[in-house]
Amino acid sequence: MSRGPRRSTEDHPLLRVTLGVVAVGFIGLFLVLPLTMVFSEALSRGLAAALAAIEDPDALAAVRLTGIVAAVAVPLNAVFGIAASWAITKFDFCGKGLLTTLIDLPFSVSPVVSGLIYVLIFGLQGWLGATLRDWDFKVIFALPGIVLATMFVTFPFVARELIPLMADQGREEEEAAASLGASGLQTLLRVTLPNIKWGLLYGVLLCNARAMGEFGAVSVVSGHIRGLTNTMPLHVEVLYNDYQFVGAFAVASLLALLAIVTLFLKSFLEWRYADEIAATHRH
Amino acid sequence: MSLVVESIAKRFERFPALNGVSFTAPQGAFVALLGPSGSGKTTLLRILGGLEFSDEGSVHFDDLNWLSLPARERRAGFVFQNYALFRHMTVAQNIAFGLSVRPRRNRPTRHAIAKRVEELLALVQLDGLGKRYPSQLSGGQRQRVALARALAIEPRMLLLDEPFGALDAKVRKELRGWLRALHERLGLTTIFVTHDQEEAFALADLVAIMNKGKIEQYGTPEDVRSAPKTRFVAEFLDSAAV
Amino acid sequence: MSASSGSLASRWRNANVLPGFGLSLGFTLFYFSAVVLIPLAALVIRPWSLGFEGFWHILTDHRVVAALRLSFGAAAIAAAINAVFGLIVAWVLVRYRFPGKRILDAVVDLPFALPTAVAGIALSTLYAPQGWLGEPLSHLGLKISYTPFGVIVALTFIGLPFVVRTLQPVLADLSLDSEEAAATLGATRAQTMIRVILPMLLPSLLTGATLAFARAVGEYGSVIFIAGNLPAVSEIAPLLIVIKLEQFDYAGAAAIGVIMLAASFVFILALNLLQQWAGARR
Ligand SMILES: Nc1ncnc2c1ncn2[C@@H]1O[C@H](COP(=O)(O)OP(=O)(O)OP(=O)(O)O)[C@@H](O)[C@H]1O
Ligand SMILES: [Mg+2]
Repeated sequence: MSRGPRRSTEDHPLLRVTLGVVAVGFIGLFLVLPLTMVFSEALSRGLAAALAAIEDPDALAAVRLTGIVAAVAVPLNAVFGIAASWAITKFDFCGKGLLTTLIDLPFSVSPVVSGLIYVLIFGLQGWLGATLRDWDFKVIFALPGIVLATMFVTFPFVARELIPLMADQGREEEEAAASLGASGLQTLLRVTLPNIKWGLLYGVLLCNARAMGEFGAVSVVSGHIRGLTNTMPLHVEVLYNDYQFVGAFAVASLLALLAIVTLFLKSFLEWRYADEIAATHRH
Repeated sequence: MSLVVESIAKRFERFPALNGVSFTAPQGAFVALLGPSGSGKTTLLRILGGLEFSDEGSVHFDDLNWLSLPARERRAGFVFQNYALFRHMTVAQNIAFGLSVRPRRNRPTRHAIAKRVEELLALVQLDGLGKRYPSQLSGGQRQRVALARALAIEPRMLLLDEPFGALDAKVRKELRGWLRALHERLGLTTIFVTHDQEEAFALADLVAIMNKGKIEQYGTPEDVRSAPKTRFVAEFLDSAAV
Repeated sequence: MSASSGSLASRWRNANVLPGFGLSLGFTLFYFSAVVLIPLAALVIRPWSLGFEGFWHILTDHRVVAALRLSFGAAAIAAAINAVFGLIVAWVLVRYRFPGKRILDAVVDLPFALPTAVAGIALSTLYAPQGWLGEPLSHLGLKISYTPFGVIVALTFIGLPFVVRTLQPVLADLSLDSEEAAATLGATRAQTMIRVILPMLLPSLLTGATLAFARAVGEYGSVIFIAGNLPAVSEIAPLLIVIKLEQFDYAGAAAIGVIMLAASFVFILALNLLQQWAGARR
């Protein structure tokens, strides 16, 4: 569109170039460069050193723990997301607006506070601290605490994708199914879920990325016990603070790969199923 | 001192939207562009307003090589079909906009602008509504604000794209009479796009019937109605009479 | 069973053809209370074990005040930087066409997807005195890592997508009519941008900046590596919570936590007000 006079809604070519360079430069400097740094540092002593760091038993334990945590937290939050959006979009009840707002609350709470609240309940000096010690059941500095903190942090992801989507789709299809004699479960499985599957997948994808990458909340409740309560991000921290930079960046690059795959799938879903994921992502 | 449009052609990618459009309108004429959807009416109007650029042809107005002027130097009062009022500005600020963006040396004083806004509000019969926001007005009122905003810049001509398109029949009729009266008073050369034959024939001095990017017939409402030149015109006029 | 109660029941059923209300809402409320509400309540109750005076004493401690000031101040500066550059990025992504646009668009979400600890060590290494950026900057006399500037850099990193993703759909929906109208009224492109486009985007720009600010105030992982964590200089409030917990000072940690939670509620309120404002414009 460089030929001919400039439209009144078009920017001056010089401005276009300037803004384009500023945008690309800013993203390059602030986003792409750190990402490149991760891989470059991981491979600074060659591929073998990086692989050795990943094959270290403590690293493998961290990978396993991260997988377990995500495997518990993500499905639970997905079920919650479906239940909450079903209740909120298919029925009218008082306090609905408040509930919808509150569901997003964990997003605006500091990750450290998200961990802190569980320490205050389950920690040694917490509400239930003494009781738990008597039962010899550890929550803080153990798997249950890590899972709980992760659940809190990733709590809204699925619900916030599904609520606008299901609100958009209305109630007619479910009402039709009910009037044809379908049971509640049949309606959910055969009418609702097929309609929201891409939105659900989208929410699960983001939920999983955060669950596997969460650092602050998990850091507070984990106790940093090597090979036992360190998730991958925590293992990265431990290695980094130990000046084992190649190891830290090698494990970090696994997480960075996860981020890249997530972004790729996310863009793909937005592009391919734009109409079938939440209205907020249509662009 | 007239508007002379010669052989205007415009393609979008491969699709020819205008195929050599020519007509002449004397100073102060009220011209209606009438035609079916997709016949190129809006495209022609946007070319006259400087919002779209023709591939071929020329336009002269008042000895000005019209197409060589950028939109903001044409001083063509353009009224959009959906009004395009600035939602974040009050009615008064909307009307004052064209005056307040002038270069400092040509810009009227604050006081003069306010006075002019009052005059224009009175002219479009919206006295006292200057402090409202567009969202607080009815469709007909918004339309008149859009007109007042276009008139504020002391335009050389008025370009109206289906100005009453979004209004109901009753309001349309009212505004129609009012617009004609305003035209008599101001004497501005006006190009008016419409779908509605009755409206075109009631309002205009000259009617251009457009089809597929061409003007099929151009003349006074009487001539066009009594002697349709082409089959298309005859059928087009007929179809609406039913 | 009278006839009237029968018709009442059927009316009740008619109004709720769909099953599962009790189950879905019950589970929602239970899960929400267990995971979110009760733990947060535990936080709010905790600091008062020391009485109001004790609470106040913790919060007016020199180190705590400095940490809160840094967290809020750096977050505000980062949000302002992101408002400017996020607006430019969103504008470029929506209005211009160029090769590689889809990739650039996807990269914007990187801070959402990249674990904060990874971002933290990457930024820290990048801006370290011998790092790719730290070294050239140190020749200019600029020290980023282990200073408050490092905190701002990290918070800018995590905040950008909030502004861009809030503005993008609004920009895409903005009709060109207003800009064309401004042009026919004699406005230059610059006047159109400043007086027409920018005011129309303002509610979303503020929403995006508030989201970025809210996120940045509580951010931990991406900051602690680059900040150097010098007490009262480059130590952020969330880190101070962690330090107090490590010293088993639960009440002290909870006191700072309550302040940060209160800030979260203020942000939520502010966002709701902004949304109403944006809605009133439509
Ligand atoms: N920006 C554009 N890009 C591609 N094609 C366009 C564009 N603008 C208009 N057209 C095409 O040019 C033709 C004429 O359009 P125009 O808007 O001028 O018609 P119109 O007579 O105003 O129709 P209507 O009465 O429906 O408003 C149409 O076929 C339209 O699809
Ligand atoms: Mg048209």
